[in-house]
Amino acid sequence: MTGTILQIDSVSRVFPGVRGGAPVRALEPTNLQVAQNDFITILGPSGCGKSTLLRIVAGLDRPSGGRVLLNGREIKGPGADRGMVFQSYTLFPWLTIAENIAYGLREKGMPKAQRQEIVASYTEKVGLLGFENHYPKQLSGGMQQRTAIARALANDPEILLLDEPFGALDNQTRGLMQELLLGIWERERKTVLFVTHDIEEAIFLASRVIVMSARPGRIKADIPVDLPHPRHYTMKTTPEFSSLKAQLTEEIRVEAMQAEGVH
Amino acid sequence: MPRPLDPVSQGTRVTLGVSFFILFLAAWAFATLGGFVSRTFLADPITMVQDGWLLLTRFGFLGDIGITVWRVVGGFVLAALVAVPLGIMMGAYKSFEAFLEPFVSFARYLPASAFVPLLILWAGIGEMQKLLVIFIGSVFQIILMVAVAVGNTRRDLVEAAYTLGSSDQGVVKRVLIPANAPEIAEILRLVLGWAWTYVIVAELIGSSSGIGHMIIDSQALLATGQMIFGIIVIGVIGLISDFLFKALNRSLFPWRLA
Repeated sequence: MTGTILQIDSVSRVFPGVRGGAPVRALEPTNLQVAQNDFITILGPSGCGKSTLLRIVAGLDRPSGGRVLLNGREIKGPGADRGMVFQSYTLFPWLTIAENIAYGLREKGMPKAQRQEIVASYTEKVGLLGFENHYPKQLSGGMQQRTAIARALANDPEILLLDEPFGALDNQTRGLMQELLLGIWERERKTVLFVTHDIEEAIFLASRVIVMSARPGRIKADIPVDLPHPRHYTMKTTPEFSSLKAQLTEEIRVEAMQAEGVH
Repeated sequence: MPRPLDPVSQGTRVTLGVSFFILFLAAWAFATLGGFVSRTFLADPITMVQDGWLLLTRFGFLGDIGITVWRVVGGFVLAALVAVPLGIMMGAYKSFEAFLEPFVSFARYLPASAFVPLLILWAGIGEMQKLLVIFIGSVFQIILMVAVAVGNTRRDLVEAAYTLGSSDQGVVKRVLIPANAPEIAEILRLVLGWAWTYVIVAELIGSSSGIGHMIIDSQALLATGQMIFGIIVIGVIGLISDFLFKALNRSLFPWRLA
């Protein structure tokens, strides 16, 4: 295994209380080390602080304590070295698909010819050839999220952060998107941090699943997934997959019950 | 009965829209030509058209229309040039907003028409005074509305831009402005409509040309036909400018309709 690329050092997040209420401890001091080229999924019920953790890594939120190091440098704010895909559709509606994918490259000041080459290659990788000149509105949700992935990857970030990117998609589309993303990862071996509440998705994609507990959010379990690559959707029905799923379902269930106040 | 929110076809829409105009005209003709309203107070449609024709052919009313349009466009363009950048700055930078917003909110309620006497003192009764009335009437409205629009930009789009490497300036130029451009155009279209009311007020007092001047002149002559014609001309020009603005917005921002 290669070296650590991302180091999360006792990062915590406390949200100030609303209207004199008690402050909310969204994230307990959390430690996590991410190895180069790893695909890590962060799994947990809603309200467990998994998105908060990801946003802190992205630099979109500040930790109340601790720090995050990317290649040894402390993260102070958002930057092009950490690509992000959001759950909501965040393509720029006034730009075409090709212009969206080229956005980060343009911000870098890359010359047009070079930009076009990269855009063409990523358009192809996410299967959107022929849609370059469409506006986001004209595309389905799955296609928009594919574009968002291409837009993040075209920037060649050191780590790709995904915050429930397929959460708003229907089940069939979600399955296809998982395979597409995994296929890209198997070829390019980007370091990926992927937040989800979907157990199957967490196992299918990851080489390591981090399970988080709710209120206050903290890491509860760190489970390696040693299923072979390349992975095919049929893997979801193998005994190994099922036993992992059973194990994680149990872990999550306890958390979900606690979060909902059921005992 | 039609269902709530049920759409109608384009043909039905046009027919219904036109039929109200006809209905309105018929009611007016009935009231005046039928002798229910005194001719002194309200001219009938036929007199109105004759008076209008006379105005256009004999009294150079086209020149008045031209000068009024020029005033509206001039004052409005000046206001937009000042207000749109200020509004964008206020929407983007909260400290700037905190600095200006209270004053602009106050100034917005100052009626532009109340400034007319003061502006005559300051700028005389020349063109500058007319432009200033429209400027004062439009500028604060545009500032506030643009600031609100820009301030309401989708946060996730801004965040996405930052994670793609945008600088603060880059976010303003390549996210806040393009994201809100259609809405800003829509705001301008709306305020242009209001500017039309200010210009007439400015022309009613201390003016020697323009549609408003013609209307006040006709009052002295009890020429209600001419007055109504003037008012209708304003409505028609407003309708045309609205249509042009909409068409321009559609061609400028195809992504909105895509």
